[in-house]
Amino acid sequence: MSSIRIICPNGHLGFAPLKTESFHLAVETRPDFIAADSGSDDIGPVPLGNDSCASPRAWQEHDLEQMLLAARRLGVPMLIGSAGDTGTNSRVDMYVQIIRDIAARHGLAPFKLGWFYSEVDRDLIRAKIRGGSPVRGLDAREDLSEAELDATSRVVAMAGVHPFVKLLEEGCDVIIGGRSSDSAIFAACALHKGYPQAQSYYLGKVLECASFCAEPYGAKETVMGEITPEAVEVTAMAPWQRCTVASVAGHAMYERSNPFHEFVAGGMLDMTHCAYEQASDRTTRVTGMDFVPAEEFRVKLEGSGKVGERFVGMAGIRDPYTIANVDAVIDWARRQTEERFGPEGWELHYSVFGRNGVMGDMEPLKDQPGHELCVVVQGIAPTREMAEEVCMTGTRQMFYARLPDVKGTAGGVSFVLDEVMQASPAYRWTLNHTMAVSDPLELFPTHTATVG
Amino acid sequence: MNAPMNATMNTRKKLSDLAKTIRSKNAGTDKITFDIIFRERATYEMVKRSGALTRESVCRILNVAPERLTDFVEYDPAFAIKFTILRVRPSGSAGDGDIFGAQQYAPFLDVEVDISA
Repeated sequence: MSSIRIICPNGHLGFAPLKTESFHLAVETRPDFIAADSGSDDIGPVPLGNDSCASPRAWQEHDLEQMLLAARRLGVPMLIGSAGDTGTNSRVDMYVQIIRDIAARHGLAPFKLGWFYSEVDRDLIRAKIRGGSPVRGLDAREDLSEAELDATSRVVAMAGVHPFVKLLEEGCDVIIGGRSSDSAIFAACALHKGYPQAQSYYLGKVLECASFCAEPYGAKETVMGEITPEAVEVTAMAPWQRCTVASVAGHAMYERSNPFHEFVAGGMLDMTHCAYEQASDRTTRVTGMDFVPAEEFRVKLEGSGKVGERFVGMAGIRDPYTIANVDAVIDWARRQTEERFGPEGWELHYSVFGRNGVMGDMEPLKDQPGHELCVVVQGIAPTREMAEEVCMTGTRQMFYARLPDVKGTAGGVSFVLDEVMQASPAYRWTLNHTMAVSDPLELFPTHTATVG
Repeated sequence: MNAPMNATMNTRKKLSDLAKTIRSKNAGTDKITFDIIFRERATYEMVKRSGALTRESVCRILNVAPERLTDFVEYDPAFAIKFTILRVRPSGSAGDGDIFGAQQYAPFLDVEVDISA
């Protein structure tokens, strides 16, 4: 068994366009697979709940076109996970259509397209709970209650390697995945070719964020991973970047609470005993990884629940006395909203930039506000009309706050806009849980079609 | 350096002058993780010995109760000190000022380290 090579041009396809120069350099080395993940829960709960994208369609099409044309020219599989930022069914369908459109536009020879879905029906989850199989909370969350499930708008399950491997076995040339573990997309390619689990999952782990495992810092550049039965080698493809022992080892801890363990559907990649060595100028070689299969097959679920319609307002403050009493100003505006709408059924959120808008209670300097503040006001209510009025009351009433010793009696705040703006509805993450399933493919129905 | 130099000050440096990377980022929807990464082993070991970054000091700097600190790891392969806290509410909830958790590291730039450690 020799080796196979996979290239990854983007750590979150569509979120910002891939850089074409390093991608084309990588394509010229004739890799065996081209793959990328297109999703992240970093973007907050709105896109999942709202079933929308966080990325502009033009950027998604740009990357998909670059990858599809290269993959078809080389005759190698192309794999995409977490279509359209969230991996909901509508986003998978959208990517499938984009692939069809690009193929038609370029007159590509016929190829086999595979896709799978990963949205989960809430009734299926409810049946698990009622059947005595608790849906367990991650990160200090409680087990899922039916009330919290009722408050949830949409749920996706995080696919492991299984639907990707199935579609590769069926001979697919292009695969569009629903929500997926980013590392599983790459691991599936290696597992499909018969490489061991530990090296395969490590390959996925190191490739999933593209050039974030290289230095100097520079996102959206292509990296290449090569796997043998014993080791993984990772190479930066941008001429000005290198994969060093420090950059590759450092990447193992990126965006995770523990740098030694990576949990995926079906097991855990253990990086505790990894050894890193500089194989050549731009390549680092990693050995010593381990994979521990899970005793019970549990799939991670992400769920988002709608809180209400939302408007946003802004107000500036320059008077030092008003700055010192900004909490009283906010209290005044809240009380006016309460007089109008009663104590419940709406929300106002105030972020006081210039004091602690970014860090909230964690801000060590919150007692030393700047000489001017910007207060961002979010008003949330069941209907748009009410949300607009809640936000308008919560914003404009700051102008009329009654501070006892204020000198400026013509208006307590400044406005950039004398209006409030409609924003996306407010959602919250309701599910960050795992659910037991008997069949790894149970939540991920697959489909294929010939394109062209 | 404009500050007056004296014997005490000579033994202290800011973490931002010692570390290659000081960053924060979401670790899933409910946590924020912090990475303090050093260029070379000697600096990393010195900062560890100094006691400037411990479970206690990190909680004090961020004004969080100890039970919100879920992980504190000294990660030798990358010369890194890494710790993770639970958020007050999940990322992107209305009122969250930092959906990505990417601007929570600033208080660590100015942490003073006893370089004689």
